[in-house]
Amino acid sequence: MRKHMKPRFYLTLIVALVLCLAMLAGCGDKGTKKADDKQAETSDDAAPIKLGGIGPLTGGAAVYGIAVQNGANIAVEEINALGGMQFKLNFQDDEHDTEKSVNAYNVLKDWGMQILVGTVTTVPCNAVGPESYNDRIFTLTPSASSPEVVEGKDNVFQMCFSDTNQGIAAAQYIQEKDLGSKIAIIYNNSDAYSTGIYEKFSSEAEAKGLEVVSTTTFTEDTANDFSVQLTEAQNAGADLVFLPIYCPPAALILAQAKDMGYKPAFFGVDGMDGILELENFDTELAEGVMLLTPFVADATDDLTVAFVEKYKDLHGEVPNQFAADGYDSVYAIYEALKDSDVTAETPASDLCELLIGIFTSDDFVFNGLTGDNMTWSKSGEVAKSPKGIVIENGVYVGID
Amino acid sequence: MTFLSHLISGISLGSIYAIIALGYTMVYGIAKMLNFAHGDVIMVGGYMSFIAMIYFGWPPLLSILFAMVVCTVLGILIEQLAYKPLRAAPSLAVLITAIGVSYFLQNAAQLIFSANHKSYSSVVPFGSLRLFNDRLIISGTTIVTIIVCIVIILALNTIVNKTKIGKAMRAVSEDKDAAQLMGININKTISITFAIGSALAAVAGVLLCSAYPILMPTTGAMPGIKAFTAAVFGGIGSIPGAFLGGILLGIIEILGKAYISTQLSDAIVFAVLIIILLVKPTGLLGKKVLVKV
Repeated sequence: MRKHMKPRFYLTLIVALVLCLAMLAGCGDKGTKKADDKQAETSDDAAPIKLGGIGPLTGGAAVYGIAVQNGANIAVEEINALGGMQFKLNFQDDEHDTEKSVNAYNVLKDWGMQILVGTVTTVPCNAVGPESYNDRIFTLTPSASSPEVVEGKDNVFQMCFSDTNQGIAAAQYIQEKDLGSKIAIIYNNSDAYSTGIYEKFSSEAEAKGLEVVSTTTFTEDTANDFSVQLTEAQNAGADLVFLPIYCPPAALILAQAKDMGYKPAFFGVDGMDGILELENFDTELAEGVMLLTPFVADATDDLTVAFVEKYKDLHGEVPNQFAADGYDSVYAIYEALKDSDVTAETPASDLCELLIGIFTSDDFVFNGLTGDNMTWSKSGEVAKSPKGIVIENGVYVGID
Repeated sequence: MTFLSHLISGISLGSIYAIIALGYTMVYGIAKMLNFAHGDVIMVGGYMSFIAMIYFGWPPLLSILFAMVVCTVLGILIEQLAYKPLRAAPSLAVLITAIGVSYFLQNAAQLIFSANHKSYSSVVPFGSLRLFNDRLIISGTTIVTIIVCIVIILALNTIVNKTKIGKAMRAVSEDKDAAQLMGININKTISITFAIGSALAAVAGVLLCSAYPILMPTTGAMPGIKAFTAAVFGGIGSIPGAFLGGILLGIIEILGKAYISTQLSDAIVFAVLIIILLVKPTGLLGKKVLVKV
């Protein structure tokens, strides 16, 4: 028996060693990061204000959480480099899971979080919101867009459009620009974001006299085959397909429509943003696709150009709208606080009342990557105008 | 014509389920365990062929071969490291280990390839087939998927029924201890089963990503579970059962979506499964077929 055990024993040993090395490598990274942070702290006398962040850093929705974290980190670094008010961001993973999100929130609370930048995704945000409301911690979500996120909670604010506004804006846009006469909708009915936009869109479309000829759905689990939905849209004679969904299923829909030889106009929302950044994506498929989005990485204003360049340097890819949302969230908090005398010692509840006052005041107007002249309503929704863009020759181009 | 087009979509989706289900059913038949990491081996196959095609610039066929080799090695490694030490352990322990391996593969893939979705280029070089004045359009990937599925089933049936190793597989599946007494190397047989199952997973991964060209670390998870359902549907342990279960599941899913409700398609699939299992607890071909692998 012993002799038989030996090769396996060595193999196990090797695997264990490799794992140890991997862990050490990971520790090394963290170690240097901590040292950097310390330097930043010692270079300025003021102790940093503690920002908590929550979002999916692993799992299926990780792409959004990581983008927000990267964007927010860039903002924190820039702000700290300015001197004066200092921030420290502690970003926790929630795997897009409500329970883990609340746990992450509790971890941050124990750490001494004063302001929450989060959560990134809608469903966990609905679970964390009531907690932060009870604890009186100011919460600014970069990207959780459902109206329930802010409903009944005076301390929760959104940096992104609410789904309501997006659904209405999309219908108005299609009607104003006369983009299609017969509309088909394909949405994800297992997703609050998609369903929320769909509901508002369809009621607004009816009010505007737009003809919706086909409405079909899919779920996360059936997001593979769209032949049925597309066939139905085609048979109904739809000349515009509205896709209030994220880009991975949208990419599949575009590919399958091409296979079928069905060529309607496609109209997406901000979740469609990022479709051109899919690695190895055939941009021909997205030719002529229109979408409403708050952030265009190809915009030529100084702020966007500087941010995109910095993001590319650090992470080797073009930032999406979520990265911009994360960046803007930190800056909005900075803009609101920079003239006040808050410190790391200010209790979270005092900060909460102060920030609620500032965000809802008429004087507070924020200009960021995701829009100019943003203001917030008492309910916590942001007011900004979406930009209509169309994909031409593989790049986003403004319609207006 | 619409019906025919839906039916073909269903058979195509079902063919992919069938190839994946074969992996489940073979491993179950021989090792009496549910290898829930199978779905994630599909994902690895997808990534490997993606890397070979896009980063190395290899032709599609060579890339598929590369993915098959990597997945075969991975399958054997998983079996040796994770399952073999637990051969005497209760089946629950093995099941939990399999789920652990599944999570390990998903997270390792995310670490290596990042969470960003990748857009897969189809390995099928020709476009759609247009029939009846363009009223019926069948994509090239669909045709290739169905043909590959049939070839695999026939080849596997031959291996199991006509070769020496196939005989060993059948023997181990029927009675492990007796087979050992007859001089059959059980460990080797199980390893070969894993190797074949994983190579099939690589093929399934390539076909899945060609038909639905988005690649991410969780790509294999849901098709894996659906294929497992298909294997149970057809009678787990039976190769023709996996084929039949996969095809039927694909057809029910697509037709349910088309003619009943897009919202209820999964509910319909699983309702049919429940009814079948109530009437025939061993699955469609669970009992009739003597050859169990």
